[in-house]
Amino acid sequence: MLELKDLDAGYGAFQALFGVSMRVAAGEAVAVIGANGAGKTTLLRAISGLIPARGGVLTMEGRDLRATPAHRIIETGIAHVPESRRLFPGLSIEDNMRMGAYLPAARAKFAERLDYVYALFPRLRERRLQLAGTLSGGEQQMCAIARALMSGPKLVLFDEPSMGLAPVVVAQVFDLVRRIRSEGYTVLIVEQNVAQVLKVVDRAYLLEVGKIKASGAAAELAASDEIRKAYMGL
Amino acid sequence: MDCHLDVFFLEALLNGVLLAGLLALLALGLNLVFGVIDVVWICYAELVMVGMYGIHHAYKGGAPFLVAMAIGIVLVAAAAALLHLLVIRPVLETPPINQLLVTGGVLFFLQAAATMAFGVEFRNLGISLGSYNVLDMSFSRSRILSFGVALLGMLALWLFLKRTYLGTAIRAIAQDRQIMPLMGVDSKKIYLVTSAIGGGLAGLAAGLMVLNYDIYPQIGLQFGPLIFMICVLGGLGNMIGGFLAAFVISQFIAVGSSCFHTEWGYAVAFLFFMIAIFFRPQGLFGGKS
Repeated sequence: MLELKDLDAGYGAFQALFGVSMRVAAGEAVAVIGANGAGKTTLLRAISGLIPARGGVLTMEGRDLRATPAHRIIETGIAHVPESRRLFPGLSIEDNMRMGAYLPAARAKFAERLDYVYALFPRLRERRLQLAGTLSGGEQQMCAIARALMSGPKLVLFDEPSMGLAPVVVAQVFDLVRRIRSEGYTVLIVEQNVAQVLKVVDRAYLLEVGKIKASGAAAELAASDEIRKAYMGL
Repeated sequence: MDCHLDVFFLEALLNGVLLAGLLALLALGLNLVFGVIDVVWICYAELVMVGMYGIHHAYKGGAPFLVAMAIGIVLVAAAAALLHLLVIRPVLETPPINQLLVTGGVLFFLQAAATMAFGVEFRNLGISLGSYNVLDMSFSRSRILSFGVALLGMLALWLFLKRTYLGTAIRAIAQDRQIMPLMGVDSKKIYLVTSAIGGGLAGLAAGLMVLNYDIYPQIGLQFGPLIFMICVLGGLGNMIGGFLAAFVISQFIAVGSSCFHTEWGYAVAFLFFMIAIFFRPQGLFGGKS
């Protein structure tokens, strides 16, 4: 589904990704793990076109994402739940959903999908007219995920969904990710919370200073001494 | 000083309310553009002036007034879109002072161009709607009409912003521009549309101004400072605050003019403004909303 070959990306004079190659097949859940500053967020931002890739190949179901303007990448079926959620705080939950369904194709299915995400997250329906900025951290994460689903994506990108949340809420957030998986979406998630995320995904890539250092089945990586020492504090 | 709580005072008060409708409409376009794009169009009142000349020409050229007004709205909306494309977009990422300076430059350019094209004489459409007389009070019909149309214009904008996808995107982009591509929104397009709507509001205001005021190249100097004062008093970018501030300021002007002298009305309004901003620099009703 999603394919990256020798991808380079960065900000200004700073290069954050060096020749990253990876693939995500339809129906899979894949994680990219690594320390703070390894380039995980940059990777997702490059896929969504928020920053331009500088070299390499980036395709979604054969479509060249590097040649697609950022605001049209969502049309290929990629939805991005950004780092720290980035809801529109002064807009109601429902208006946030409307933004998620901004594409003409998604507008036609707005009512239907709104029902679907409200069924998934009943708490959002209760608070549909409340400003998104007034929600708790966990509710905001639900809202951000629901907003992403409003476009009717095939692939959902999660950027550090557990960041900045209380430990109890972190567990809930990984449950949410698991539910999104079971709804049949393909998932690509980047996380620092390595121990937890490896329980949710099928496969993972380890990113270190902008390069893929290891990859494999989640269970395999979770058992590796090196990863346990460096990333799971065990 | 000649101020009593009599029928003339009431007349001044009510005329202040009527003036507020027009001022609120004028403030709305500027506030919309600032709230969304974070750019202050110093030349905003000059766009209104351009609209007034456009309407004057269309009307004198034989178009019915409503058609002339529609032409004025389209003309200013197009001028505002061009202003955004040619002047604002190239300096959007630079410090705000640059944006103030370039739109300030456009102000002088438009004034000079209007003076060269139309001369310095005062023009008007020669439309007189007369006035209503109630008790001993007199209210110009064109002011009442302007008040009503201004309120309708504002209501239409409010519904547009609340009820449509485009309107929601305009409110959203004011809060987080960077993630708009993730929603499938082309920010450049939203900015252009917002500029055109801001211009359209200025064009609508121009259509109401020509019924109440003479047209001359420097009319922007009469209204520009007033519009900015209202926007800042209401909290720059806060559309509801600007609406309320228009009523506050126009009361100072109307009642001040009635109690003292016409020119004093403005002086009192500006004095109040300076004191208010000293105590509440973010505006009476807070910032962006």
